[in-house]
Amino acid sequence: MDWAYIESVLPLYGKAAWLTLRTGTAGILLAALTGLLCAAAIHWRIPVLRKITAAYVELSRNTPLLVQLFFIYYGLPKIGIKTDPEACGIIGLAFLGGGYMTEAFRSGVEAVDRIQEESALSLGLTRFQTFLHVILPQAAAISAPAFMANVIFLMKETSVFSAVSLMDLMFTAKDQIGLYYRTTESLFLLVGAYLLILLPLSLLGTFWERRLRHAGFGT
Amino acid sequence: MAEAVLSISHLTKRFDDQTILEDLSLEVREGEVVVIVGSSGCGKSTLLRCINALEDIQGGEIRLRGDLISHNRKNLPELRQKIGMVFQNYELFPHLTVLENILLAPVKTQKRSRQNVREEALALLERVGLKEKADSWPRQLSGGQKQRVAIVRALIMHPEILLFDEVTAALDPEMVREVLDVIVNLADQGKTMIIVTHEMSFARAVADRIILLEDRRILEESDPETFFTAPKTEQAKKFLRTFEFNRKNKAEA
Ligand SMILES: Nc1ncnc2c1ncn2[C@@H]1O[C@H](COP(=O)(O)OP(=O)(O)O)[C@@H](O)[C@H]1O
Ligand SMILES: [Mg+2]
Repeated sequence: MDWAYIESVLPLYGKAAWLTLRTGTAGILLAALTGLLCAAAIHWRIPVLRKITAAYVELSRNTPLLVQLFFIYYGLPKIGIKTDPEACGIIGLAFLGGGYMTEAFRSGVEAVDRIQEESALSLGLTRFQTFLHVILPQAAAISAPAFMANVIFLMKETSVFSAVSLMDLMFTAKDQIGLYYRTTESLFLLVGAYLLILLPLSLLGTFWERRLRHAGFGT
Repeated sequence: MAEAVLSISHLTKRFDDQTILEDLSLEVREGEVVVIVGSSGCGKSTLLRCINALEDIQGGEIRLRGDLISHNRKNLPELRQKIGMVFQNYELFPHLTVLENILLAPVKTQKRSRQNVREEALALLERVGLKEKADSWPRQLSGGQKQRVAIVRALIMHPEILLFDEVTAALDPEMVREVLDVIVNLADQGKTMIIVTHEMSFARAVADRIILLEDRRILEESDPETFFTAPKTEQAKKFLRTFEFNRKNKAEA
């Protein structure tokens, strides 16, 4: 292992890691928002929206991210929508993740007893207030494990971003291997960088789950 | 005669093709306590649920002080604020403390100041003997305590009418009393209430009017003394005998 080389490319990997983290986080946040809205649409049985949501969930979960990215990157410009690579990555991740997040939230929402909702409605809360203050907090405790698993899964999925010429970690490592044959060092850096991003996420998830499961609701 | 708080006229309620309530009319006046009795499954809960539009109705109309209660009206949440409902299984929100359970609705929907509602909540909790439980979690309370909190949660909205759906049915016998005492106390304060219960001595004590629901309609309606001592219909006699039987059993045991 050539440490001098590693030191020389560290800034490069730092930049790439930052890109991965940035686009990943943005995509995941959008995915969570999408999932929340879809879960609400399903829960409220909004007539047409509910069908569209169901179709979207199937489509997003049953097509590879790479295909979705190609679609956005090469397809959208054909109908006149220009996308820069970074926006394309974020949108792709949000599209994929939205389906998974919908399922995570939906299962949590469904697990909350219907009469809890009726109890809140009978106090005069609107359906939105009921969802926000009564259903969602209870659903969150149930959805937390699936939600965190999705976050980690989606963060890993960012590794296909290089296919739409985003200069992320994967792109950088491939580039270095292609140009200088630095296979060992590149793979080492690649694994190291991903671990650095994902390990804290994983630990945070475990911690959060524990808190929700044990500290919550007075036990 | 006092003004009608709630008026139900020609109410019909069906689930699919099963008719539960048919052409049912009922008026509840200010300060009146109406107790509804009837065999299990006759539609008592359904009637209460129709009143605050937790169920849609297939015929007739329900009005609260003249305002139509309807599923597809924008003012439904506002009307529901005026109808307090207490459920058999308490339905406290498990993720909120006792005090937060009570404050949620008034703070979010009536835009009252938190401080102001908090003081009232603590005063009400004190009245039902639970002041020291304000910061407890629902699951740390006994059934009787939970139900008293649920009653406070309904009261803090200053409802025009209170609906109680077999609120002691899920309780251990020794806790029934503490909850019923609170309700009797509310009756003494002149609150307007509809109470569904199987506790006959409580019904007799608290009711201004007793209604027997049977065969999709109001079968008998009278003051408690008449209802218990001189029931008019055969069904009412039969209904009351089910409790006689229970009582004899108890005496033998
Ligand atoms: N959501 C529902 N769908 C179909 N049938 C129902 C529903 N809720 C109640 N019922 C039926 O309506 C009847 C009355 O129920 P309910 O009002 O709970 O009776 P009670 O409270 O007097 O015991 C019962 O036969 C019950 O099976
Ligand atoms: Mg019932």
